[in-house]
Amino acid sequence: MQTILQQIINALSLGSIYALLALGYSMVYGIIKLINFAHGDIYMLGAFFAYFAINAWHFNFLLALLSAMVISAISGVVIEYLAYRPLRKSPRIAVLITAIGVSFLLENGMSYFVGSNARSFPQVIEQVNYEFAGVQISNIQLLILATALTLMVLLQMIIKKTKMGRAMRAVSVDPEAAELVGVNVNHTISFTFALGSALAGAAGVLIGMYYNQIDPLMGMTPGIKAFVAAVLGGIGSVPGAALGGFLIGTLETFFQSIGLSAYKDAVVYLTLIVILLFLPAGIFGKNTKEKV
Amino acid sequence: MMNKIIKGVMSTAIAGMAAMMMTGCGVAKNSSNGTHQDSKVIKLGVNMELSGAVAGYGNAEKQGIQLAADEINKNGGIDVNGHKKKVKLIIRDNKSSLATSSSVAAQLTTKDKVAAVVGPATTNMGTAEIPNITKAAVPFVSPSATDPKFTLQKNGQVHKYVFRACFQNNFQGKSAAKFVTNKLKAKRVAIYADNSSDYGTGLAKAFKDVYQGKVVDSQTYAAGDKDFNAVLTSFKAKKLDAIYIPGYYTEVGLIVKQARQMGIKIPIVGGDGLADPKFAQIAGSQNATNVYYTTPFSRQVAAKNKRATEFMKAFKDRYNEEAPTFSALAYDAVYMVKAAIESEKSDDSTKIRAGLAKIKDFDGITGRITINKTHDPEKPIAVEKMTNGKISNAFSVE
Repeated sequence: MQTILQQIINALSLGSIYALLALGYSMVYGIIKLINFAHGDIYMLGAFFAYFAINAWHFNFLLALLSAMVISAISGVVIEYLAYRPLRKSPRIAVLITAIGVSFLLENGMSYFVGSNARSFPQVIEQVNYEFAGVQISNIQLLILATALTLMVLLQMIIKKTKMGRAMRAVSVDPEAAELVGVNVNHTISFTFALGSALAGAAGVLIGMYYNQIDPLMGMTPGIKAFVAAVLGGIGSVPGAALGGFLIGTLETFFQSIGLSAYKDAVVYLTLIVILLFLPAGIFGKNTKEKV
Repeated sequence: MMNKIIKGVMSTAIAGMAAMMMTGCGVAKNSSNGTHQDSKVIKLGVNMELSGAVAGYGNAEKQGIQLAADEINKNGGIDVNGHKKKVKLIIRDNKSSLATSSSVAAQLTTKDKVAAVVGPATTNMGTAEIPNITKAAVPFVSPSATDPKFTLQKNGQVHKYVFRACFQNNFQGKSAAKFVTNKLKAKRVAIYADNSSDYGTGLAKAFKDVYQGKVVDSQTYAAGDKDFNAVLTSFKAKKLDAIYIPGYYTEVGLIVKQARQMGIKIPIVGGDGLADPKFAQIAGSQNATNVYYTTPFSRQVAAKNKRATEFMKAFKDRYNEEAPTFSALAYDAVYMVKAAIESEKSDDSTKIRAGLAKIKDFDGITGRITINKTHDPEKPIAVEKMTNGKISNAFSVE
């Protein structure tokens, strides 16, 4: 029983990271129908910025988190402006390939500049373990969960309550019509990239704190798994992405805990295949017909 | 939509594969009698993982190779039949990629015309080099490729041009099992192996073959994984005396950190993949306690050997850090090539090959090396114990 509870805590910590990343995939897909494969690498950029900020300027955790979110947001916007905006009218496959290219550029560019070795992330918060009835939870796990939930609630409020959020929803339904009623489509898309990238940056810093290790290729696997989480939850849906993230985290933890650790990645990708076959719109997705 | 994506991914994948095959096919065409050096220098190729996933090992080895080459040149060079020649290193990065390793091997042998090659560091990259190097008839010494089959062809015959400076995995895994049984007196162990490398799976298998107690649980992870809490939580629930984790320091460092943080205090035993100062950095020094690993080179054991002491001092003077195992092995690899040239009185690549195969009682800093029939060195093995991130004790295992 204690072991099961402990595994649930493991699953939640892992899941909240996937959820934060999946939100970015989902929002960007929702608004310009692009699977932003460079998203996982923005998460890496956030982690690296926090690493340098903490080492060079001795930022505390909160400051490091916020500044990394700002830097990630800016990089997201710049990437969108330079790489995706010129292709706005091109076939979708062109943008998709560009996204893969941007991903490679960030990974290898970062390897070139900072070296490809894994670095240990500075521990700005001393880890403390709390025990409840034999179940252990660390302050960092609590922090990850709390930060992730706070950010998700904030995001939902931005989308539902603010003018920009309304614009985002409008553009996601029909960009031309939104433009006709006075929505600045380019600004809205930039804003979406900024939001999604800020969340990815936050996830990067949390991962750095949790695992104490960052490297230029750290975004690859979590990026793909978060993409699966977004598809599972229903790509384009914000609550779906959050739920998908937690589900993928749980699935991975569960497979490891029953002794099938060798299949933990396989099961995530299998989920993607099953979802695409039987529930292509995902759990929360609207099943809309697409003109071909 | 999804069809489009799948098509897109497929076409990129096919383009990528085609590119890889093109670089991979840079095989030397002029199947030759080896390379010949001019009268002034001996060119020594280095095919190393200087960037990418296992760059930590490659860079450590490069340091050892440069130290050895500079030392040889400072002392006049290599004696070729009474005529002293300087060593010229040609260092190329294989980016921890199989295709690049293969094309680097082709470049070194056909374009640079090196006398011999040192590297790559890992079994997989080394295996990718074999076809090109064999065609060009140039021998290579891998400082740290530990897979048992590395020097062997599919039919069990020895690859003519493949040598290594480290002992093979079977030996290392068996020694770990003996150590766990005899010294740690552990009756119940769990194995948590890296199944993305031959190194991890090979060590785990050799360990299981020899270990006398009960293997309670056997799990695997893949390179690049960061979260090990789930498996460690299930280990914690079982009564264990030790955990055997054959893998590289990047992941094992994290595993040790996560295990200690959740209160798993039992001994953790690994292979020479942990013999790098970065291991303690990643694990956190207070967590790197009660950790043991098998290693071909123990600084504590080496402190009793004069040449090894000199090497450690020279390394520290030059790079301002303690010499890692991989630097020591790479240093030995360069000197093995030198010994082969001097004993054969020739720096032609085929002669060097013959010389390497005949190495006997070579006084390396990682121990006294004799190359056996399968081109593996026979030498002693050590187990180091780590406490608070520092090596606190060393044992030798027969």
